[in-house]
Amino acid sequence: MNRSAMTTALRYGLLSTLAVLVLAPFVGIALASVHPAGGQVGAFSLPEQWSWSNFALAWESGNFGRLMWSSAVIAVFVVPLTVCFAALAGYALSILGVWGGKGISLAFVLGLTLPVELLVIALYFNLREVGLTNSYTGVILAEIALFLPFGVYWMQSHFASVPRELVEAARVDGARDHTVLTRVLLPISWPAITTLAVLVFMWSWNQFLLVLVMMQDPDLRTAPTGLGLFVGQYGTDIPLLSAASLIVIAPIVVVYLLFQRSFVNGLTQGAVKA
Amino acid sequence: MASGALLRGNATAGTRRPRRSRLRAWLYLLPALVVYAGFAIYSAAGTVWFSFLDWDGVAPPTWAGLANYTRVLTEPLLAGAILNGLVLIVFFSLIPIAVGLLLTGLLLGRVRTGMTFFRTVFFLPQVLPLVAVGITWRWLYSDDGMINRALETVGLGAITHAWLGDYHFALIALGLIGTWCMSGLCMVLFMSGAQRIDPSLHEAAAIDGAGPLRRFRYVTLPGLRREVGIAAVITTIAALASFDLVFVTTNGGPAGQTNVPALLVYRLAFNEGTIGGASALAVVLTLIVIVLVSAIRLLTREAK
Repeated sequence: MNRSAMTTALRYGLLSTLAVLVLAPFVGIALASVHPAGGQVGAFSLPEQWSWSNFALAWESGNFGRLMWSSAVIAVFVVPLTVCFAALAGYALSILGVWGGKGISLAFVLGLTLPVELLVIALYFNLREVGLTNSYTGVILAEIALFLPFGVYWMQSHFASVPRELVEAARVDGARDHTVLTRVLLPISWPAITTLAVLVFMWSWNQFLLVLVMMQDPDLRTAPTGLGLFVGQYGTDIPLLSAASLIVIAPIVVVYLLFQRSFVNGLTQGAVKA
Repeated sequence: MASGALLRGNATAGTRRPRRSRLRAWLYLLPALVVYAGFAIYSAAGTVWFSFLDWDGVAPPTWAGLANYTRVLTEPLLAGAILNGLVLIVFFSLIPIAVGLLLTGLLLGRVRTGMTFFRTVFFLPQVLPLVAVGITWRWLYSDDGMINRALETVGLGAITHAWLGDYHFALIALGLIGTWCMSGLCMVLFMSGAQRIDPSLHEAAAIDGAGPLRRFRYVTLPGLRREVGIAAVITTIAALASFDLVFVTTNGGPAGQTNVPALLVYRLAFNEGTIGGASALAVVLTLIVIVLVSAIRLLTREAK
């Protein structure tokens, strides 16, 4: 083997080792989830008899039907509304230009560094006062507010990168503001919008602290939040916990595999533009 | 459509547009602004206000001045949690960045075939709910979990532990979960950054007799300045604000060894009803985040 073939082999050896390190834990819980419930599970051991019943058992005892429903309802509102508000605001800030636009952009960027912990305390007591705790509406609006800084910033920098002539040409043709947005900008912006949508979906699905605080009613909690409390109840039943974890992971992994390019682009470029 | 252009006159320049249309532009901004101001800004300001109060969430609040802040900085429980948060930065931020740089140096962005697959795998931990990640690692770290089995296999059976329950190792064990989560992100960021560096720079350095190490030090590393900054910002925020992972793995234990600010904010505000203290802790946490993020931005700013 010559030198360059050697280094190539070494490179791939290194990458593969890392890939194994990343994937090993998942193989571990996937194997654990098919062991008989309540039993001891050794690392990487194949079960003597494969038992799929953990999934049904976890689904039942963790009330995951309800939890998944809550997660879905919240995501179904949060994703389109965030994308829509972000696109409108990004358009106003980058193309239309508003009085005080610089300050507003800055206010949104500041939101990127504010941790949820800072918001959640007052948010809970404010929403309790107006009866929006234990309600989908409260969580949906709070999540939109939480994801808007990134959304606005993302759409704004995307629209700013569109060649100016395109917008001017449409204006010369007499297009009004909303026509420029819907007929000129949006049709060429689907990749950016898709990326934003999948990121917001992921953040909404994985949101934990906010939901834990806002939803005292176990039936209204989302899947990850329910899972977090499920651990407290079934802490030692590894097969059952593994099955429950896989149930909660499954939807986000499916979305990730379908849109993996969007995820990677969003998380890397989104940050790079900052 | 020439008439349209005539009517609009020089408004098409976009810079000098009629006052009315500038006002109309505000309508586009309004939905985002209302939700953001009403739910994020108003809440953040509310928490800052609470931090000066003595309030249990039920009885009428009384003014506390800076007492809550003194508590955060002097009470060992609260100050300890902040220190733990800072320790986690080593594991969530410094080690992953080092790992990412090392691998980028070794690979030098020269891997093309199969890169999509590796990128997908390395990024996976970023996408998953941290609760599920925590549950998985709880089991890996357990008495008879994968880590201890692996140690026994390589003849280190003597040092096996229930890692997350160990007084001395719990925080490190917790931090290493963060390392596992964040290394992939850093690596993908750096590798895509390294591919942007002009190959002729490497060639020129090689002609000048620079070995691989010096080329990495003087060509690759400066070229990755921006990416290192981004990775540092993302991972530092993740370390300081971590909650989900700690909540399901150790919940602060054993004996408070893994208390982190977010966990105490939650516990103080929603279990113990000391809202003033919780708010002050949240405000201090936010200030630390802002100071560190600004420092990182300043340090990694590209020289003009």
